Amino acid sequence: MQGFAAVKSEMGEYWYIRPGLEESVNDYFSAQPEADMALESQIPEKDFNQAGKGSAEVKNLLKRLGVDPGILRRVAVAAYEAEINVAAHSLGGMMVCRIYDEFIHLIFKDMGPGISDIEQAMTPGYSTADDMVRELGFGAGLGLPNIKKNSDALHILSEHGNPTLLEFLVYFNSDE
Amino acid sequence: MKLKEIVAILDGEILLPGANLDIEVPCAFSSDLISDILMCTKEPTLLLTGLTNNQVIRLCDMIDIVGIVFVRGKRPLQEIIDMAEERNIPLICTNLTMYRSSGLLFNAGLRSCKI
Repeated sequence: MQGFAAVKSEMGEYWYIRPGLEESVNDYFSAQPEADMALESQIPEKDFNQAGKGSAEVKNLLKRLGVDPGILRRVAVAAYEAEINVAAHSLGGMMVCRIYDEFIHLIFKDMGPGISDIEQAMTPGYSTADDMVRELGFGAGLGLPNIKKNSDALHILSEHGNPTLLEFLVYFNSDE
Repeated sequence: MKLKEIVAILDGEILLPGANLDIEVPCAFSSDLISDILMCTKEPTLLLTGLTNNQVIRLCDMIDIVGIVFVRGKRPLQEIIDMAEERNIPLICTNLTMYRSSGLLFNAGLRSCKI
């Protein structure tokens, strides 16, 4: 388990940055430079025929770019969990993928209804999934913990009644 | 362990007739929870599950699943079988429970995946 030095949590906002990457991550988020490559896909509400396609596309693109298989797996798992979260818990949303030389930045925006307690939602095993979602094998309460575990930086902005933004970075040369 | 030995041990039925049964299966994992499967599978793995929806096949786009065993007589719909065929994922059905299937394979020497 990584250290928690770089975890910052306030009402409605959560930050996790893998220790040692604080400067690079902060520089990136303050500058937000143009991406070398970008992809976008829609995530319709409760559409489990579509859900996961966007993540698979991102993984295939990175694979073609020659990204290490271990990193590919981390990006794919985190992206898929985030995509399923949007499909399962929100009124629908979208995924934006921005690829740079050193890392990938994935952004998930939805249309609400928001997370009332992010800290609680980060607790492994805590889930608000409904029966339909659970029947499909989701709702283990491991979605957000799994995203955090596989990413190098994670930022969540959400509160009850508002849209949620979840974004994460995975560096191409990092070890889990 | 080869996939054909697994089929024999589980008295399984192969859903994709063209599947290559000579592939080597290094380890296995059993679960009905998608997040568990994602979290625990870091190497080529045989998945034993009771889930038969399309997301089980979608998982194979994210992680390295070498084959899927549907336990307790569960059968996926044809569209799911077609999705697996596109991805070249062998599908096996067994009437045995997940516990019994896992136990038989473990006793026969198929190890658990590293988590």
